[in-house]
Amino acid sequence: MADTSAAPLLDRSRTIAPPGYNRWLVPPAALAIHLAIGQAYAFSVFNKPLGSLISGDPANPAPTDWTPTQIGFTFSIAIVLLGLSAALFGKWLERVGPRKAMLAASLCFGGGFLIAALGVSLHNIWLVYFGYGFVGGIGLGIGYISPVSTLIKWFPDRKGVATGMAIMGFGGGAMIGSPLAVALMNHFKGSAPQGVAPTFIAMGIIYLLFMQFGVWTIRVPADDWKPAGYVPNEEHSALITTGNVSADNAIKTPQFWLLWVVLLCNVTAGIGVLETASPLIQETFSDAAMGAGRGVTAAAAAGFVGLLSLFNLLGRFFWSSASDKLGRKPTYLIYFGLGVILYALIPTLGHGLQLTLFVVVACVIISMYGGGFATAPAFLSDLFGKYQVGAIHGRLLTAWSTAGVLGPLIVHLLHDNAKEKGLVGAAAYQNVFYTMAGLLVVGFLADLAVTAVNEKYQEKGPVTIEAGGH
Amino acid sequence: MNPNPNTTAPVATEASSGGSAVLAWLYVGIPLAWGVSQTFMKALALFK
Repeated sequence: MADTSAAPLLDRSRTIAPPGYNRWLVPPAALAIHLAIGQAYAFSVFNKPLGSLISGDPANPAPTDWTPTQIGFTFSIAIVLLGLSAALFGKWLERVGPRKAMLAASLCFGGGFLIAALGVSLHNIWLVYFGYGFVGGIGLGIGYISPVSTLIKWFPDRKGVATGMAIMGFGGGAMIGSPLAVALMNHFKGSAPQGVAPTFIAMGIIYLLFMQFGVWTIRVPADDWKPAGYVPNEEHSALITTGNVSADNAIKTPQFWLLWVVLLCNVTAGIGVLETASPLIQETFSDAAMGAGRGVTAAAAAGFVGLLSLFNLLGRFFWSSASDKLGRKPTYLIYFGLGVILYALIPTLGHGLQLTLFVVVACVIISMYGGGFATAPAFLSDLFGKYQVGAIHGRLLTAWSTAGVLGPLIVHLLHDNAKEKGLVGAAAYQNVFYTMAGLLVVGFLADLAVTAVNEKYQEKGPVTIEAGGH
Repeated sequence: MNPNPNTTAPVATEASSGGSAVLAWLYVGIPLAWGVSQTFMKALALFK
């Protein structure tokens, strides 16, 4: 056993687990990161307060108050930076290990809040963009991929379960971040406009500290470690490699780009539902359609959005775990095959005023949207090996960034076009859902085309993790 | 599976117990359960 006591505290060698280490400590460490950075999905809770910092009244913003478009741009920057930084820092992460990466993520994410707080205090939107969007977005990207390859190495027998648990945390983060932000803004309301700046400071500090648990708990397995009695799954072995492909070689393979299209289609379609959820259910099941007093209210629509968040979270764990048994490719075929039917059903259920079925179908759709995120790392590991799977995953996440721009664009274009034609209720959203169903057909075909990676792309000879990020 | 079984990796010295795993899960489980319960309460409005 080599002496590691002289190595710097953050050095990868200091994170290698001793014999007897309980691998079930690793998922909570990963969750501590993902639960924090998942707050990003709750950024919209700040929209109205940020838009009324000058007037003090969300219903009557002052001319100098920030517009919803200006504020919404903050989240877009963060999501674009998530994909870019995950792609750029993936190989660095593989080299330095998860602890240093998680620390960097916590400093960026927490620090981003603090810079944004200064921007709010000075009423300078560019500082908010730089803080929450740019610096915080880098924290999102590094944080998102930081535990993934470590989890895959600890759980080669349950890759889907392990990564599903972590990525479930990203879905759950919004559920914590949203009520926490509301509570803090109410608490600080008397001391600052809308209580936003002190809330940003408090959240930056809270998340920075919360994430330290992950930083200091995470451990990587020794190179020769494997679970007791572990036998590689033979059932779906055609797509499970025993070789290793580097991140640089992975992007030269058709399989990487097919998966990129798969993720792009799944996320773009899911955004179609998430972007429209509240107005969709209110306009489709309005008083005019359902009868006076029987329509879906704004509060009930918020409940619908909450329900979708729950199924987004549950889907991440359920579908990713199921993929361990079903195989990754068949699981994505279910997402897309079943998805096409369900997306196409939404307008029909709206026209028929079938509220209960409408809600059930939307929940299943969103569970598969979440499942698509959570199953991706295990699919990558199956195809490319675990050598640089974190870095490959980081590059794949550029599909998410693209979908983050493409999804809302498609939704707003089609919906505005329908409104201009005078369509209302379910009819105003019909083309949105049929277009998304069409996208899922593309995703289905891309998934169907995935085959085993050609051996010419694999690393020759043995690889070590330390060599992973040269 | 280790591609190079002869590698002698440096390892840290402390082991871990089941109790620490339980505490670790509580650390992340409690805030997650709080968030889920808050969301669930909000979702109930849909069924009123």
